[in-house]
Amino acid sequence: MKDIDIADLRRITELIKTKHSYDFTNYAMSSFKRRIVRILELYNLTVDSLIVKLSQPKFLEEFLNEITVNVTEMFRDPSFWRVLRDDIIPAILLNHQKIRIWHAGCSSGEEVFSMAILLKEMDILHNVQVIATDLDTNILERAKSGAYNLKNMDLNEKNYIRFQGTGSLKDYYQEVNGKAVMDKSLVMDVSFRKHDLVKGGIFNKFDLVLCRNVMIYFNQALQNEVLKKFHESLFKYGYLAIGSKESLIWCDIANKFIVVNNEEKIYKKIKD
Amino acid sequence: MSKFKFNKKYKAIVIGGSAGSFQGIVKILSNLPEHFPIPIIMCLHRLKHVRNGFVEALSIKSIAEVTEPHDKESIKKGKVYLAPANYHLSIELGHYFSLSTEEMINNSRPAIDITLGTSAYVYRDKLIGILLSGANRDGGLGMKWIKDRGGLTIVQEPSECMIDTMPKAAMGYTNIDHVLKIDQIVQFLKELDKQYIK
Repeated sequence: MKDIDIADLRRITELIKTKHSYDFTNYAMSSFKRRIVRILELYNLTVDSLIVKLSQPKFLEEFLNEITVNVTEMFRDPSFWRVLRDDIIPAILLNHQKIRIWHAGCSSGEEVFSMAILLKEMDILHNVQVIATDLDTNILERAKSGAYNLKNMDLNEKNYIRFQGTGSLKDYYQEVNGKAVMDKSLVMDVSFRKHDLVKGGIFNKFDLVLCRNVMIYFNQALQNEVLKKFHESLFKYGYLAIGSKESLIWCDIANKFIVVNNEEKIYKKIKD
Repeated sequence: MSKFKFNKKYKAIVIGGSAGSFQGIVKILSNLPEHFPIPIIMCLHRLKHVRNGFVEALSIKSIAEVTEPHDKESIKKGKVYLAPANYHLSIELGHYFSLSTEEMINNSRPAIDITLGTSAYVYRDKLIGILLSGANRDGGLGMKWIKDRGGLTIVQEPSECMIDTMPKAAMGYTNIDHVLKIDQIVQFLKELDKQYIK
């Protein structure tokens, strides 16, 4: 494996910041470095040739696609999805007939489909407005298409069984040309949009924000900034769900939330 | 007389293991001196979709508390850390952890090479790497990176391993400092402990 030093990483992030409207300065160092090394190996580039190539807008799209980690699963942490179905969503429904949900950093859409299946099985799919965002437009297209590698469906199926859904995951997809193509009606009402958590603003208010295993790629300062945006994007008494090994305790807005479920890392906004 | 020479103060120990390493790990943790002066970071191959149980099983006999770190949690002495299920565990320059869900490496997440490699980058020659029994090559390169940066490398004696692929991989990649049985690793840690004034 190649190794690159911090000065090289800085040159890369500086160039992207000045030439394009993305800022990777506050990404967590070790994973960002691995992503860069991965790109250098994939395209057989040196740091200098990468910097030249990064000036081309077309290459930047490919770069964004590779720099972001798009490894995800349907119903990752099945117990989390059970808590959503059994506790959180019913609690929101007590106060609101219409629910608004934001998947922040939706990647290839596995969680969006998981949510849609959950809502459909609760028979409230059409009472919910879902917005799914990512900074990578290629991955948004993939999320919209809902076509996944068949080999991943084994794991997704196992997760779904642990989630204790009402049917079988097979009810929701068809095998087409070696792909598992999800039932499009599940995400008919989902709005997939490009949005960058680092630079993007507040665009709506939500009852539930899901951002699981996205902020782990940010350093603490940036996590802090993003969490402020989530706080602002939530209705009072709205819920925030983060990854099972993430935490709010270090951030500025920690005292504006209470822990609803510590095991599944679900928080509730209690102060504006 | 000690058979080990300690010519510097180490700042962390990182341990990798896979198939057949559980008993060895338990023995090491249950014989650890109290108030062990440096953090121990463990990356062990484990079932990806079983989040609970492993840390509890290790904690039963461990002298020090075993925890799975949260993302961005600071690394503290006297603690034993275990890479959580289905995440890679990295060490950052500010001496804290970060987690990631990147692609599997050597069919593993957590991958030992990632934890060992990032530890080597941060702790340089102040790191001790220990690689135990295991059925694939993960961790082999990580041990080379530790050695290349001046750290101390230890592998479990292959003849004692249930499956010796992992320590042998490390021995193929680099010149390992000590090839030890679990009992000797326990002894090593006891002698290391005596180097620190508490």
